[in-house]
Amino acid sequence: MTDRKRIIIVGAGHNGLVCAAYLAKAGQEVLVLEAAARVGGAAITREFAPGFQVSAGAHLSYLLDERISRELQLAAHGLRWAHRNLRTVALAGADEHLVLNGAELEGGSLPHEDREALAGYHRQMHRFARVLGRQHNRRPPRLAAGGSAEAIAAAKLAFDIRRLGRTAMREFLRIAGINIYDVLEESFETPLLKGALALDAVLGTNLGPRSNNSVLTLLHRLSGAATGVTGGLSLPAGGMGAVSEALANAARAAGATLRTGACVRRITLAGDRVAGVELESGEQLPAGVVISNADPARTLLQLVGAQHFETGFVHRVRHIRAKGMAAKLHLALTGLPAFARLPAALAGERLLVAPDPGYIERAFDSAKYGQCSADPALEITVPSVHDRSLAPDGQHVLSAIVQYAPFDPRASSDAARAELLDRTLQVLERYAPGVRSQILAAELLLPADIEREFRISGGHWHHGELALDQFLMLRPVPGAAQYAMPLNGLYLCGAGCHPGGGVMGSAGRNAAQAVLGAERAT
Amino acid sequence: MKPDMTGRDHYRTAVYQTPFHPRSSQLNQLNLWHRWKDYTTADAYFDEALEYAAIRNACAVFDLTPMTKHRITGPDALAFLNRLITRDIAKIKPGRVGYCVWCDDAGKVIDDGTVFHMRPGDYRLCSQERQLNWLTRSAHGFEVSIVEDTHDVAGLALQGPTSCAVLKAIGCSGVEKLAPFAIGWYEFAGGELMVSRTGYTGDLGYELWIDPPRAVALWDALFTHGADHGIRPMGTHALEVARIEAGFIQAHVDFMPADQAIYLDRARSPFELDLGRLVDFSKPNFNGRRALLEEQKRGSRFRLVRLDIEGNKPARSAYIYDRKRNVVGTVTSAEWSPSAKANIALASLHMPWGLPGDELWAEIYYQRELKWSKVMARCRVVPGAFYDPPRRRTTPAADC
Repeated sequence: MTDRKRIIIVGAGHNGLVCAAYLAKAGQEVLVLEAAARVGGAAITREFAPGFQVSAGAHLSYLLDERISRELQLAAHGLRWAHRNLRTVALAGADEHLVLNGAELEGGSLPHEDREALAGYHRQMHRFARVLGRQHNRRPPRLAAGGSAEAIAAAKLAFDIRRLGRTAMREFLRIAGINIYDVLEESFETPLLKGALALDAVLGTNLGPRSNNSVLTLLHRLSGAATGVTGGLSLPAGGMGAVSEALANAARAAGATLRTGACVRRITLAGDRVAGVELESGEQLPAGVVISNADPARTLLQLVGAQHFETGFVHRVRHIRAKGMAAKLHLALTGLPAFARLPAALAGERLLVAPDPGYIERAFDSAKYGQCSADPALEITVPSVHDRSLAPDGQHVLSAIVQYAPFDPRASSDAARAELLDRTLQVLERYAPGVRSQILAAELLLPADIEREFRISGGHWHHGELALDQFLMLRPVPGAAQYAMPLNGLYLCGAGCHPGGGVMGSAGRNAAQAVLGAERAT
Repeated sequence: MKPDMTGRDHYRTAVYQTPFHPRSSQLNQLNLWHRWKDYTTADAYFDEALEYAAIRNACAVFDLTPMTKHRITGPDALAFLNRLITRDIAKIKPGRVGYCVWCDDAGKVIDDGTVFHMRPGDYRLCSQERQLNWLTRSAHGFEVSIVEDTHDVAGLALQGPTSCAVLKAIGCSGVEKLAPFAIGWYEFAGGELMVSRTGYTGDLGYELWIDPPRAVALWDALFTHGADHGIRPMGTHALEVARIEAGFIQAHVDFMPADQAIYLDRARSPFELDLGRLVDFSKPNFNGRRALLEEQKRGSRFRLVRLDIEGNKPARSAYIYDRKRNVVGTVTSAEWSPSAKANIALASLHMPWGLPGDELWAEIYYQRELKWSKVMARCRVVPGAFYDPPRRRTTPAADC
């Protein structure tokens, strides 16, 4: 093949790898360039203290697309699960913890009304989430222009909503844009239960439970239950990096070439189309098509340059809301942390510190104004309980999502990091007395650190807030939601596109199909 | 950074007077004024027909200070303008002016105006509408400085066959050598006077640009030395007749600025305004390029035409019909042309109408002593300007 035919993918995040695998399977010549020393983007496993490995970005798999897993034969390419379907434990300050297994509540002294309401809530939310899930493998329809294919795509979306039935459809349309706090208030009494359910809605977002749109983010998170490999919260054996390794193996097996340590400085142009890329080393690599797994702002404004796009488009890209609010805590521990009143058998489940929705909202309030939360909300995992490869014998790794941390703290980054680490450990100590004395090493990644390590503008998991105005055909920006960017030969395949982030892979798969469709057309 | 607003007193003045106001107000016998952007502007001074006659037979002075002006400089000034504007700005050499339009991403015209390439890399962009927001937004990614300097530059149009002679008389020696769309600099009243051979009348004429403190001196010099050349002040009414004769379009009259249009079919592309010559697809990127390429492939929806209409009743706002009596468009501007001795109009027609030879009719309503009447008048599509005297282009210009 000539260079004109070569496809370069910038970034070997999971979506870049998925995209590479599908294109290579379709017979395309694909070269994937990754700036970091290993593939995986924010789905990697790395050592953060001698002998301790952690999923440094995403730490649970709950969205990975079943269809992709099957089509790319990820099991054959080495993907194993250390645990599927973790339960969720809502940690109580003084009372009994709540143990949630899907719609089921194990033990606990929850009022009967809340138990019943939980079953109904679970059923309804998952039903709605399936509507979203069905869109994951589709290219979002274009609203303005379009032939019959666009009309069919739009009709499918409308049909998926309509066939919920009249009552459910009304309910879906009623709650899709509102906030989780109000929805939970309608159904539940117990603060601890509401806190746990609310946290799922805002994890990784720039929203508090009382921010509108926090139902949509919940549905997005739950959509993996319909389309996911595991249907639940799962731990890949070897950490999240194992998902990326399996995807990389699949891509290589299909014929794609992967190069790590190859940082793209810019995407080069010839006239009105892409010509290839230039690496930081100065090396020029020609290509007919360049697909970027980097976030939209980085790809379009930095790697290509605003001057090569039109004013209105640049304006929209510059205003994609993509400020991360979640920090990541990694602890190397001398032993299993002892959570008060929690049986040791449950220490490996997903543990939440979110005693009530107001607690989360107050944590959000601080970050909204540039300060770290005084009492952060936490999603804690101790993956070494299920996966002994992650820590030395008898020792453990704790990985937690800490909310909230501002992207632009008022204090210096170092001061903010030290402060949030201290506050997070204080909160942990409240729930697991003595845990501070078990710490061998601690690492806290603020959103700005996440931006630096994973090269995600704003340090947002999803490369852009999952909000109604940045969703489906509006993602990443209106008029450019079809993976093809307004520069001939340039595509996006990352979480900044439909259907967004979480380690899902659908954006990569959809982008590959968009590229193949466009190349066939020319 | 927020601008320092302390000490600002702009709010005390609702409508500005231009630096020429001390003189123009003296000459405004009719005391007819309207508001043009932030300034008070004369509709007419003494008799709009005679003011028009001065444009075509002597020369007339128009105060164009309210025209929105921007100074665009910096290492990326050319690249910035080339991305903003549909034509190739690199072809406008220092000392030259170019007429241009700029579009939104959808390829619809936001505004038209003129780019003055003054000294190398130093540009002035004149526009009908306020553009600072769009220009600033467009500057992202460019090393460019954009300053709206409307208030800092006083401007006069001097238009008509004796305009060159008047300029020579006030000391602009060699001004006759300026070709159309060229710029010259002359010493005047201890400072610099910039003269461009440009205008909105389709005649021999110039636009004069000067610092506000020397504005009155310029006006006085023109009227003192122009007395023997038949100089007159003119208001917007006289200019309106001349610009329609020249076939020039105006924002908010012949097209709706795309950024202000709410209905989807109101905005127009350059092709739909008969300005396809201003679109240069050899540039790899400019605002609207992708949409305009698509339009070129699929065809435009509208066509701007110049119509010569039977009779003498101006077809203002008239519907245009095909012979089957279907409405195929509307008149956007219309006047009786004293110079062409014709009833002229600019009209926006639906495609495919508007080719020379098409049978078109204008439905003209007119009033005589409060009684309305209607006439259906035959229209003929005219290529080019209605009035286009050779002196408009002749270089050196006639200087007597």
